[in-house]
Amino acid sequence: MRYVIIGNSAAAVGTIEGIRQVDGAGSITVISDEAYHTYSRPLISYLLCGKTTEERMKYRPDDFYEKNGVTLLLGRHVCAIRPEEKTVLLEDGEKIAYDKLMVATGSRPFIPPMEGLEMVKKRFTFMTLKDAKTLEAALTPKSRVLIVGAGLIGLKCAEGIHGRVGSIAVVDLADRILPSILDAEGSSIVQRLLEAKGIVFYLSDSVRQFLPERALLQSGKEIGFDVVVIAVGVRPNTELVAQAGGKVSRGIAASDCGETSLPDIYAAGDCCESYDITTGQNRILALLPNAYMQGEAAGIAMAGGEAHFKKAVPMNAIGFFGLHMITAGSYDGDAEVLQDSEGNYKKLVTKDGLLKGYILIGNVERAGIYTSLIREQTPLAAIDYQLIKEKPQLMAFSRKQRAEKLGGMRI
Amino acid sequence: MKKIYVNEKWCLGCHLCEYYCAFANSGESDMVKALKGIEIHPRIRIEERGNVSFAVSCRHCDEPLCVKSCISGALTEENGVISIDPEKCVGCYTCIMACPYGAVMPSENGAIQKCELCTKNAGGLPACVKGCPNKAIVFEERAV
Repeated sequence: MRYVIIGNSAAAVGTIEGIRQVDGAGSITVISDEAYHTYSRPLISYLLCGKTTEERMKYRPDDFYEKNGVTLLLGRHVCAIRPEEKTVLLEDGEKIAYDKLMVATGSRPFIPPMEGLEMVKKRFTFMTLKDAKTLEAALTPKSRVLIVGAGLIGLKCAEGIHGRVGSIAVVDLADRILPSILDAEGSSIVQRLLEAKGIVFYLSDSVRQFLPERALLQSGKEIGFDVVVIAVGVRPNTELVAQAGGKVSRGIAASDCGETSLPDIYAAGDCCESYDITTGQNRILALLPNAYMQGEAAGIAMAGGEAHFKKAVPMNAIGFFGLHMITAGSYDGDAEVLQDSEGNYKKLVTKDGLLKGYILIGNVERAGIYTSLIREQTPLAAIDYQLIKEKPQLMAFSRKQRAEKLGGMRI
Repeated sequence: MKKIYVNEKWCLGCHLCEYYCAFANSGESDMVKALKGIEIHPRIRIEERGNVSFAVSCRHCDEPLCVKSCISGALTEENGVISIDPEKCVGCYTCIMACPYGAVMPSENGAIQKCELCTKNAGGLPACVKGCPNKAIVFEERAV
């Protein structure tokens, strides 16, 4: 069996580990246009602020490919998939034949048309290791950095470069920061912290025009800058599958074992959709844990095993300057907010007798117990909800459930 | 493989397991020296309410969500034991978000910590099991 994987990040690694659980013999070829050993993309901000190194941010050990019998084609670009002859075509003309193909092509930064942006010399995106290195090379202690986008990527970039530049300004069209993971109150808590660190926000605003060293905003305000980072969002890399005739909606359409609409072609990770159990909709969940698990299930299926990735839940664990937050699920439902005197913020959202989502800022202890209620769709009537609301604890479960969880009893 | 199991019926709520855990991972050879006057950060934690108490530590799951979710590759599974490489861990707490048992926790040095079945300290029978005076925590092979 010849397995070919396009991509070399979390979904690809999941696929390799999934295949090898079932098939120790088949050949695996990984093709990636990035020239690096597999590394963790979310760690690039930690790299800039010195909390990790290029060596330590490797997602798997140095001997990973060798141990898994993987042939690596790095720095090579796939330009087409030919399903009729079961090959992928590389830019340099080489053809690679596959029996099972995994498309784990991820996503790329979305750069909206902005007047004058192409004239800005020091403009960057913040997604790959190369992005981080080129941005870093352009920074000086005097740099005035303008970040367009107050989402996860933009703000992690801000944290990463904080302390090594002169100033950081962040512009976003939304009226609050991190709108994809936080509610209004949560956004304001985190915004206050970032402002206290000297980061300046321009919200409900956007860049009308870039001039040399100045950005004119829609509001009429002006921001002086030398470096621009565009972090407004990402777009899935779906083109290879679309051009091969595969079904693509927002992302590549894939079953719960990763099959696309094309025979023997699978997809996983940020390029494809998964079924979000909290909203009941197919959507792109561009999250590393999701990518890994989707890839693993697909890898097992590609090798003829039985695996399904059915419990996709949007979730994020992130921190800024030591303030941690964990969020998960959907916020559509009955919300209950609990705040304590130490400034910890908690919101629990329930609907139809289930926990659907939560936000924890500050104290994130044992958050996984909440995540598990969402993922397993545990009826809240079956546990002591008052107790679990107070804090995540196994005490809220029945003695019998605990015997199963902790005592290894199968009941 | 052998794993830690708890039987809450026998738990006295004495918290000795927490102290033995903290001591075992302190690197000290004298328990009094290791623990006197400090706030301990054990990897096993007692939950208690009314007359119910029980210890919670890593289950070393067959399908470890913490390992699969770890964004840095710091959490790994080898021979059934899930362990953390504190050098690789950046303290993002994705594992805390993922663990259904609440058995992964921040450590004092920024990385996370969790029960590693005493494989990285003196070894042998895990210290919490050895120290439990009422056999409420056991280390056994079970066909489950």
